[in-house]
Amino acid sequence: MAKGRFGIHGGQYIPETLMNAVIELEEAYDRFKNDPEFIAELDDLLNNYAGRPSLLYFAQKMTKDLSGAKIYLKREDLNHTGSHKINNVLGQVLLAKRMGKNRVIAETGAGQHGVATATAAALMGMKCEIYMGKEDTDRQRLNVFRMELLGAKVHTVTSGTQTLKDAVNETMREWTQRVKDTHYVLGSVMGPHPFPSIVRDFQSIIGREVKQQMLEKEGRLPDVLLACVGGGSNAMGLFYDFIEDTKVRLIGCEAAGYGVDTAKTAATMATGTVGIFHGMKSYFCQDQYGQIAPVYSISAGLDYPGVGPEHANLHDMGRAEYVPVTDDEAVEAFEYLSHTEGIIPAIESAHAVAYAKKIAPKMSQDQTIVICLSGRGDKDVAAIARHRGVQIYE
Amino acid sequence: MNKLEQVFTNGKAFIPFITAGDPSIEITEQLVLAMADAGADLIEVGIPFSDPVAEGQVIQEADNRALSGGVTTDKIFSMMGRIRKSCNVPMAFMTYVNPIFTYGTDRFMKNCQEIGIDGIIVPDLPYEEKDELMPCCLKYGVKLISMIAPTSNNRISMIARDAQGFIYCVSSLGVTGVRQEINTDVKEMIKLVKEVKDIPCAIGFGISTPEQAAKMVQFSDGVIVGSAIVKIVEQYGMDCVPHVVEYVRMMKNAIK
Ligand SMILES: Cc1ncc(COP(=O)(O)O)c(C=O)c1O
Repeated sequence: MAKGRFGIHGGQYIPETLMNAVIELEEAYDRFKNDPEFIAELDDLLNNYAGRPSLLYFAQKMTKDLSGAKIYLKREDLNHTGSHKINNVLGQVLLAKRMGKNRVIAETGAGQHGVATATAAALMGMKCEIYMGKEDTDRQRLNVFRMELLGAKVHTVTSGTQTLKDAVNETMREWTQRVKDTHYVLGSVMGPHPFPSIVRDFQSIIGREVKQQMLEKEGRLPDVLLACVGGGSNAMGLFYDFIEDTKVRLIGCEAAGYGVDTAKTAATMATGTVGIFHGMKSYFCQDQYGQIAPVYSISAGLDYPGVGPEHANLHDMGRAEYVPVTDDEAVEAFEYLSHTEGIIPAIESAHAVAYAKKIAPKMSQDQTIVICLSGRGDKDVAAIARHRGVQIYE
Repeated sequence: MNKLEQVFTNGKAFIPFITAGDPSIEITEQLVLAMADAGADLIEVGIPFSDPVAEGQVIQEADNRALSGGVTTDKIFSMMGRIRKSCNVPMAFMTYVNPIFTYGTDRFMKNCQEIGIDGIIVPDLPYEEKDELMPCCLKYGVKLISMIAPTSNNRISMIARDAQGFIYCVSSLGVTGVRQEINTDVKEMIKLVKEVKDIPCAIGFGISTPEQAAKMVQFSDGVIVGSAIVKIVEQYGMDCVPHVVEYVRMMKNAIK
């Protein structure tokens, strides 16, 4: 069996044409991840370009309002380009450059990963092409223009359901066509090995910082970690350093759309079954014949029918919990955080905020919750207005 | 008996591909029977998948048409069973790993054996993951066809050594689809195969014209044609059978 297993999950289910490319990537990654020069260069980019470490902010008003556990927000929204995606992208684009590639391609859902990739490509002098489903280019128009401004070419994907899943399909097809000079900057902890491990490693800085910051502020580890889960990269980045700390509850918040008992949902753990797709064995929303289901969420970044294989394993082992959060709950939390703390969260991150609102009041005041605020919500304002019936277009 | 052995005994092999259920399961049944009569040496039947990542636009759209028409793996098994009653042509399924895994690999291969499906081609199952299906393939005598690609280089001998039935040589980078020109050195790829194992090699991806096919069989044992046929099916819909038959005859003639 191939490498890159997390329990039964993971693996490398990809066309033969790509096999040497992923093997080459794994070898390069194994070489550079311990290379002091590579590490120093990446650290420098993270600190002096992306703005790390990100703040761990004590949400005093929210804590008071919910009158339960103390709530901290890990402010990945303050990173350059406005989300956690930059952590992974700087690592991968730097790696691609070291591998002698001069062109990067990427899928994007909400557009955050596409913007981050276009940004890193501009900085490091690489050609960049982004694939984005037509539904998402419509609902995240501003991000399309942003990517173009950064010098990337944006391809609108009109196949299938025209969302994130189809953008991944199209980027994989493009990679098969041009493996030699091109690196595929996968945007989450998914896809064939070694991507789930590489992306997790580059995102694990989130949890490492949280651990240190909590020890400084509270003198102990948090009780609960909360993050939204699309493919699962911000959640995996937050959880990874705490997996061994079994007293810390790890909770991933999936997009339930209209609800897990409707067809309009993207809650993979709640409604999916084990399958093999996009290079990995994991949980997927699919029918009895293994046809991938058309999923739905108000959040373009969580509108994905699968989940990363390491999450699937944490779920199987019972180490992490995965809970569904509906569109309505997320929108309510989006508005709540905006007027309570003066922080407009990404609609993706709002899924985690919504779940904190549910559990914090039931916890005691000496307990703590850390929510990963994976991104900022500027990109979502028009869509939320439309959800509330105000016809604003960007 | 596994019929894959007879595929390469009638001169160079012509291997057509169609998507089951496009435009309807009845037409697929007629197409298989008619292509067998017209000289096809092995017929590759695609079980459509919602997200065929190795496929270009032509076959993606065929998969969509078939799935929207309501075709399922069970309906395809029934149809293939009916065909087998009157037709001896070697047959293989082409599909992705998820439809097999989710159906239940054991149940899938058992059905293949009962019906008389001789092989399966799974483009998203590379050498490293073949154990996902191989135990059940061996148990039920269904050959799992290995693929090699223009990027395989140092992997070719490893893949060839363990290959069974025949080797599917992917002639071009990228996805399926008709190509004007095939620039890969497929001849060299096949040479590397034959150095380690005496196994037939068929070339696929991009071939559409009799001239291309004739050129490819100079150094291979057969050609696989998908998108060019699926395009004819798309163009003529329910009336496609005679047009496909004519095309298959022409191609088989060109490589005789
Ligand atoms: C702000 C934000 N959070 C979360 C996600 C979901 O991705 P992941 O689950 O990989 O963190 C996205 C994806 O676009 C995003 O933009």
